[in-house]
Amino acid sequence: MKLLNRQTEQLSSWAAYLLVGTGALLMLAPFYFMFVFATHSRTEIFSLPPPLFIGDDFLANLEILTSRMPFWRNLGWSLYVAIASTALTLLFCSMGGYAFAMFQFRFKNMLFALVMATMLLPSFMNMIPTFMIMDMLGWIDQPRALYIPGAASAFGIFLMRQSVAATIPKDLIEAARMDGCGEFSIYLRIVLPLLRPALGTLGLITFIASWNNFIGPLIVMRTPEMYTLPLALRSLQSPVNTEWGALMTGSAIATLPLVVLFVLSSRQLISGLTTGAVK
Amino acid sequence: MRAAKFMAFRLSPELAPYLFLSPFVLLFLVFGVFPLLFSLYLAFQTWEPTSGLAAMQFVGWDNFAFALQDEWFWKSLKNTAWLALASGVPQHLVAIPLACFIHSSFGSLRNGVVGAYFMPYITSTVAIAILFSSLFSTDYGLINVVLSGLSQIPLLGGLMPQHPVDWLNDPDTIKPAIALIVFWRYVGFNVVLYLAALQTIPKDIYEAATMDGASRWQQFWFITLPSLKPMIFFGVTLSVIGGLQLFEEAFILTGGRGGSDQAGMTTAIYLYRMAFDFNDFGAASAMSWLLFIVVALLTWLTNRLFSTKESHS
Repeated sequence: MKLLNRQTEQLSSWAAYLLVGTGALLMLAPFYFMFVFATHSRTEIFSLPPPLFIGDDFLANLEILTSRMPFWRNLGWSLYVAIASTALTLLFCSMGGYAFAMFQFRFKNMLFALVMATMLLPSFMNMIPTFMIMDMLGWIDQPRALYIPGAASAFGIFLMRQSVAATIPKDLIEAARMDGCGEFSIYLRIVLPLLRPALGTLGLITFIASWNNFIGPLIVMRTPEMYTLPLALRSLQSPVNTEWGALMTGSAIATLPLVVLFVLSSRQLISGLTTGAVK
Repeated sequence: MRAAKFMAFRLSPELAPYLFLSPFVLLFLVFGVFPLLFSLYLAFQTWEPTSGLAAMQFVGWDNFAFALQDEWFWKSLKNTAWLALASGVPQHLVAIPLACFIHSSFGSLRNGVVGAYFMPYITSTVAIAILFSSLFSTDYGLINVVLSGLSQIPLLGGLMPQHPVDWLNDPDTIKPAIALIVFWRYVGFNVVLYLAALQTIPKDIYEAATMDGASRWQQFWFITLPSLKPMIFFGVTLSVIGGLQLFEEAFILTGGRGGSDQAGMTTAIYLYRMAFDFNDFGAASAMSWLLFIVVALLTWLTNRLFSTKESHS
């Protein structure tokens, strides 16, 4: 009887393994098909049976893609905005987070609560006023309309404040001050190097968010030459005669850097993206 | 002498925090706080966007009254609620047992498995939605091909549709199609949340329960689930807030217009169209505040629901 019990338990645990494994494969399947379809023509993608392995139409698809839109330019803008956004966010949020964690000043708690409250605010609230502000500033079709507002990241401030508080002892700052180290060089020579792992996490998250951003460019970028990649890909979609092969090639190129980043740093990324939740 | 001069320029510790914070605070006020106030102001104004900002006119509650009488606004709210539920509830029903199983049974493979489930969360929604719109194609889209293959199997076949489904153009199927993508994208995020919560449950509770002869099912029901309750509350709240903001997946799958019979039009899409397709920024702002009230109310409601349950146990 006991043996039978153990056998059924083993059987059910194997079934669970199988289920979890199949689920994991299903989660990855869309990525697989994106890369497979990227190497097939439109007619091949919609034939029976559908293509299951890499084909040889990648370059042909790329040619269609570059003839339909300024693809490399769009890719360049995506990269430019993502890098600028990451650099600004890292600078401003590390400075701000350091101030919140290490200094006492007026309205500190009130200001921090206000910043945290905006983190919970739904993104659609800012859609319309942001467009009008950008219009007033004359920033429509300007990449800075994408990376400057993004640098005021509430999440970035939260992450930086947490890591300063967790990794930098107050005594260390005091000792440096005693030794005559100026406030700015304390930040530059002590705080920034110690924050490196957290800066890496925030940098990755900011880069990915900017690379994937769709609503931002949708609202402020009006001419196809200024589109970022997601917006450009979307513009290729039409009710009839969509060039699916080329569209898949573009999507795969937009997705590949993310897959590589994720494979290289999945643990750091996963814990970074869920810090707010777990702590 | 030179050193003394240099010292004079030195930042004092009293002034330093203000200087460190100023770039962030400046941007935060201009692009974080001001848009909110501006949007509230806009909700009470009307004007022709072509004639400039000076042409604005105060109209009182008119924009709100218009929104509340607008058939499409209500329809979009219903769509959004449907999508939030149909994509949100299964996420948690799947993520909780999945996290428990990964927590208890996966050793060295754990990171790989978690990574596979989490990866959709970091990828471009647009690229993914484009891929899915090809998978959902009526003729020879992969999903219909698989379904027609399954319909050949005896017994199971009866449950499968006999004709190719026009997923993206049929008002009845566009919502499940969108919900599937949202589910796929966020289930791994929830698995990670629950895994983190599971790690905080002390192992000796389970050991003691095993000694007392509690079955695995009883352990799950009486130890694991109650311990996960705060995280369930948190995860469900995030899903509610996120689900009610749904924009990109539905926008791409319906070609930016909301689909036939507006069946795939979420409220976020509708307020985007109200502003940028129909040029009514006042009504769009009023709608965004109405939706915000719904989000706030639901967050408060989930909060209450979970805290009353807590006091019973």
